[in-house]
Amino acid sequence: MMRRVYMDANATTPLLPEVFEAMQPYFVERFGNASSVHSFGQQARGAVEQARIKVAGLLHCRPAEIVFTSGGTESDNLALFGATKPGDHVIATTIEHHAVLHAAEQLAKCGREVTFVSVDDEGVVDPEDIRRALRPNTRLISVMMANNETGAIQPVEAIAAIAAGAGVQFHTDAVQAAGKVPLRVEKTGCNLLSLSGHKIHAPQGTGVLFVRKDTKVEPLLYGGTHERQRRAGTENLAGIVGLGKAAEIAARSLEDGSTQGIAALRDRLQNEILARVADAGVHSGQVPRVPNTANLWFDHLEGEALVISLDLKGLAVSGGSACASGASEPSHVLTAMGVTTERARASLRFSLSKLTTTEDVDFAIEIVPQAVARLRELSPFYHKDDTFLVNASSVATAQR
Amino acid sequence: MPAPETIAVAMSGGVDSSTVAAMLKSEGHNLVGLTLQLWNQRRLAGRPGMPETSEGRCCSLNDVYDARRVAEHLGIPYYVVNQQDRFEHDVVQPFVQEYLSGRTPVPCTLCNNHLKFAQLLDTARQIGAERIATGHYARNEYDPARDRWILKRPADASKDQTYFLFGLTQAQLSRSLFPLGGYRKPDVRAIAEQRGLALANKPDSQEICFIPGGDYKQFLDAYLADRGEAMPDTSGELVTTTGEVVGHHEGIHNFTVGQRKGLGMATGSPLYVIGINGADKKVVVGSSADLTSKTLRANRLNWISIPRLDGTLRLLVKIRHRHESAWGTLEMSAEDEVAVTFDQPQRAVTPGQAAVFYDGEEVAGGGWIL
Repeated sequence: MMRRVYMDANATTPLLPEVFEAMQPYFVERFGNASSVHSFGQQARGAVEQARIKVAGLLHCRPAEIVFTSGGTESDNLALFGATKPGDHVIATTIEHHAVLHAAEQLAKCGREVTFVSVDDEGVVDPEDIRRALRPNTRLISVMMANNETGAIQPVEAIAAIAAGAGVQFHTDAVQAAGKVPLRVEKTGCNLLSLSGHKIHAPQGTGVLFVRKDTKVEPLLYGGTHERQRRAGTENLAGIVGLGKAAEIAARSLEDGSTQGIAALRDRLQNEILARVADAGVHSGQVPRVPNTANLWFDHLEGEALVISLDLKGLAVSGGSACASGASEPSHVLTAMGVTTERARASLRFSLSKLTTTEDVDFAIEIVPQAVARLRELSPFYHKDDTFLVNASSVATAQR
Repeated sequence: MPAPETIAVAMSGGVDSSTVAAMLKSEGHNLVGLTLQLWNQRRLAGRPGMPETSEGRCCSLNDVYDARRVAEHLGIPYYVVNQQDRFEHDVVQPFVQEYLSGRTPVPCTLCNNHLKFAQLLDTARQIGAERIATGHYARNEYDPARDRWILKRPADASKDQTYFLFGLTQAQLSRSLFPLGGYRKPDVRAIAEQRGLALANKPDSQEICFIPGGDYKQFLDAYLADRGEAMPDTSGELVTTTGEVVGHHEGIHNFTVGQRKGLGMATGSPLYVIGINGADKKVVVGSSADLTSKTLRANRLNWISIPRLDGTLRLLVKIRHRHESAWGTLEMSAEDEVAVTFDQPQRAVTPGQAAVFYDGEEVAGGGWIL
């Protein structure tokens, strides 16, 4: 069996065994609908509310401020569409996740005005640029807490202060920050905050929108009175239970020093690879990043071929963002930072989790420089070179 | 025992390339499935004449889905490689430019030369596969006597794709496998069925993959509009072979040599496009008899079975994909330019198309008609 190492935690993470265990009774035995009057329903309701308390513990907010959703994308859409109306002005940045970026583009088609504020070459937005984008009709500012591709942490507290000063609501997409840096919604000063379950070892298809007590959102989905009429639809019971457990574990990890352990592994991975490979570097290396992410560039090669090579050798990392067919496109985040298309195409994201081991990092340090060397050897112009022609004797063998 | 060779299979999601993957897999090769993402079918959606959806088109999500499903069925790693920028630069832009200069392009050949057997082969080698297998109907083999790689017609003459492969270099041929060369299409479908490939009955693709609906004129309009470029004015006169002006046309890109429809003229005997003069935007019309020519010239040559053309050579010459090849005598007429004199005059020799030269079953070489 080939060794397979996973370094794509910003895409998704596996369930922790404790999370899986916590969920198991809620598929077959305790299957009730949390809205039902009877004992089955009461049992389910109890589990959902326990989970809500745990998630509130991770965010340091009131349980009633937690709305369960189907994931980060729904949370972002609920925030953007639910907190604005036609005629409003919305500010976002050019490095937001597509869940905000494309939702904001759609807002612009639905009667809102939208301004996208750019970032510096380290991938960080300047709060003063946000302030300058304010208009009298600005209703909402949405800036992510940490970028999914570079890991760069954004100055959300300063932006929240600007928003508060202008009487504007502030939403932050904290999908990539959760479990990696402490989240305190009071300190952050946000009205709305998005979380995704599967980035913190809870199941895919679970998410949260924090909605501050005084903040009003119109629902996206209409139906029953679930989630205090902010999100209709029978609760994803087992998923919510898993999310509660994962949030509890994440809150604990932030206190017991395990995130510093991830940072140490990430730093070693980054430094050792860069020590072995010329014409390479790290994006957003000069600014605070979440502890698990390193986005490295390797000039003179196609990142897409490098991702495939590494996968065939057993290392799962990601490059660019996937388009509908599964092919990669140059990252809009890197290009927004002013990185050239060539270098953006030659960039790879390594994202670790608490499950990443020293051996995993050693493996990556060994095979990444080898794969980079091979790709560079076979420059795109090699077919003008004689070595490209397979000679007759080697062909005779190959053709059996 | 040496480790089994890794081969990259170019998978389009169609029956042919899927069967290639299944055949090589059962022979015990290590395989990697690759699909080229060449064109965003949604890019021009909604523009006049362009369909809203991309159902069932090459590079459509359906084809990628089919290819991925085959790879999963066979248990081979599979990746989609994004080459949209190169495809646009090396295939689509030349395609547009050729029509705007009064020529009739062959985009499939450009795609083979620049994408499938160049960029995809690069990617294959970079990821550790020394050779690439495709679903083309053609045969290639190394001939030690001549020390050359030879490209030959396939067993199924009705599916012969050698016309589109004349540009392959010796190096490219040495790294290519055409496992379907010895099979007939019905046999390939039968094999696909035997191997449990769900798409065994999927229809063959026919049109140019990036032109949904197949109307190239509407594509030119939509593409130029998408790039924010105005359609250049290439309107001009319709003239006879003796230079007499007989009408006006709306743009040379609307015509191809041999075309009968769309001349907008009612005359006693049928009129055909005989030639297109891109420089002065004239479209020459004439009778069926005027359409034939005894000679052609072609440049940007590639020789396969012979290293170069010395003196004269009698070969069969094919001047478009669906042309029944005709005997002609070849002689170099300039540096990288060959002159062909046919035994019998040929209809509609069309600038921009390829002239491919056959020596029996072998492809001697080819070039682009001037």
